[in-house]
Amino acid sequence: MKANLISLLSIAKKEIIRIFRIWVQTLVPPVITMTLYFIIFGSFIGSQLLDIGGYDYMAFIAPGLIMMSIITNSYTNTVSSFFSAKFQRNVEELLVSPTPNWVIVLGYVVGGMSRGLSVGLLVALVSLAFVRLPLYSLTYAVLFAVLTSFVFALAGMVNGIFAKKFDDISIIPTFVITPLTYLGGVFYSLALLPDFWQIVSKANPIIYMIGGFRYGFLGITDISVWLGVVMLLMFSVLLFIVNLFLLDKGYGIRT
Amino acid sequence: MNALSIENLYKTYGSGFEALKGISLDVREGEFFGLLGPNGAGKTTTIGIITSLVTKTAGKVKVFGIDIDDDFPAAKRLIGVVPQEYNFSIFEKVQDIVTQQAGYYGMPYQQAMAHAEKYLRKLGLWEKRSVSARELSGGMKRRLMIARGLVHEPKLLILDEPTAGVDVELRRGMWTFLEELNRDGRTIILTTHYLEEAEHLCNTIGIINHGMLVENTSKRELLRKLDMETFIFETSAPVVSLSPLENVSFNLIDETTVEATKSKARSLNEIFIHFEANNVFIESMRNKSNRLEELFLGMVEK
Repeated sequence: MKANLISLLSIAKKEIIRIFRIWVQTLVPPVITMTLYFIIFGSFIGSQLLDIGGYDYMAFIAPGLIMMSIITNSYTNTVSSFFSAKFQRNVEELLVSPTPNWVIVLGYVVGGMSRGLSVGLLVALVSLAFVRLPLYSLTYAVLFAVLTSFVFALAGMVNGIFAKKFDDISIIPTFVITPLTYLGGVFYSLALLPDFWQIVSKANPIIYMIGGFRYGFLGITDISVWLGVVMLLMFSVLLFIVNLFLLDKGYGIRT
Repeated sequence: MNALSIENLYKTYGSGFEALKGISLDVREGEFFGLLGPNGAGKTTTIGIITSLVTKTAGKVKVFGIDIDDDFPAAKRLIGVVPQEYNFSIFEKVQDIVTQQAGYYGMPYQQAMAHAEKYLRKLGLWEKRSVSARELSGGMKRRLMIARGLVHEPKLLILDEPTAGVDVELRRGMWTFLEELNRDGRTIILTTHYLEEAEHLCNTIGIINHGMLVENTSKRELLRKLDMETFIFETSAPVVSLSPLENVSFNLIDETTVEATKSKARSLNEIFIHFEANNVFIESMRNKSNRLEELFLGMVEK
């Protein structure tokens, strides 16, 4: 067990060193993008809008923007890092070692979470320049941030395992994750939608992640927070099993 | 005890290509084993199966008695592998590449550092420990892979074409290093295209061709099978005429170069006496190719 822990820490350390080695690519761009969102949507447009749930528009979108950063960066880190390890073949360093597959998955996921949560923290710090964000429940804020980061890091790993070329690592983020995140209540409350679109929106799992995280800060929510926690736990277990299954089968890594 | 036992190993790839067709071989502990064969013969597939990068279709593989089907992690702890192509992240620092690998084998960091220093020093890379791998020369990258393969102190070291593309001086240096490792009791399996390398280093040789093991014996026994040998003679003056000699075939390459292929029945002394009788005086002489190469070509061309 001690050997597995050392192995896990070695993978995680390698991933974290990578994130900070290329900080100009990993940490700076999302912070700049989110700063622009705060300026354009929060200050320029938001100042013209009515309060939502008793909070001004800037306070309403801040948790959504932080969560959007966590989702995107957790996913991007594992997919790009695992794919590049396959592409450069340095994944073989791990495969020839006695490291169990569950440790490999966790190691990469810790890397993804490190980037997702670091960027989330940086965006949260940037938001303080624009709004005094309340903290209703630290437990819910941390719980949703950590679980969502875990789920998207696992999802990125699945994508990384399947990816055969560079195009394959951007298809899901571009065509699935980004639209679902934008439609996941970052910029608006579900209550503003017609009934039909409220029902449709509730089929989008990201709405529960953003909703739960926002609840941690503002104490207001459009969704069931507990349903969000249960959903995140279910996705965590399911995606972890999928990753293990794929690695055990050697999909994309063994011939 | 056998460091490696392979029994009826088969591998058929998804494309239907049969890379291995029932290979069986044993490598005894402490041996320096050479696995030879032309491109596509199945050498890298065999190594891939032993190190888990390739899944076997059928057969048994045991490493120091541990069946890889029963406990692959335990078997992997005993193996160090140096692949044919660079497979480290070129953006990482030399020292990090080696210590991370030790970590994957569960080695605590302090111990990993001590081992990394030992092998990076031995392989002349210690001064480069803080540079990123992309800044290393080709020869240094190869040595880095050897240091990485040794950092967890494996009992069996497998090297797949370790000196491909390496200059002569460096190759000789690597040979000395590998011989030292073997003398210290480490079992070494080497695949190589340089038959001179196999002849110099290995005490047992297996030859794979078309996915089958066509030879597996000691180098001494293998060379004993070689019954013909070719020499090139440079003469001090143009050769005017050369009478035939039984069990030797002469071939005049140019007016001062004679190629002679002799069987074991003839000694070189008799050939020299024959030259003298024909007023041909020899200035220098060399082997046409190394002995193993002749034997190898004879086997794989069958």
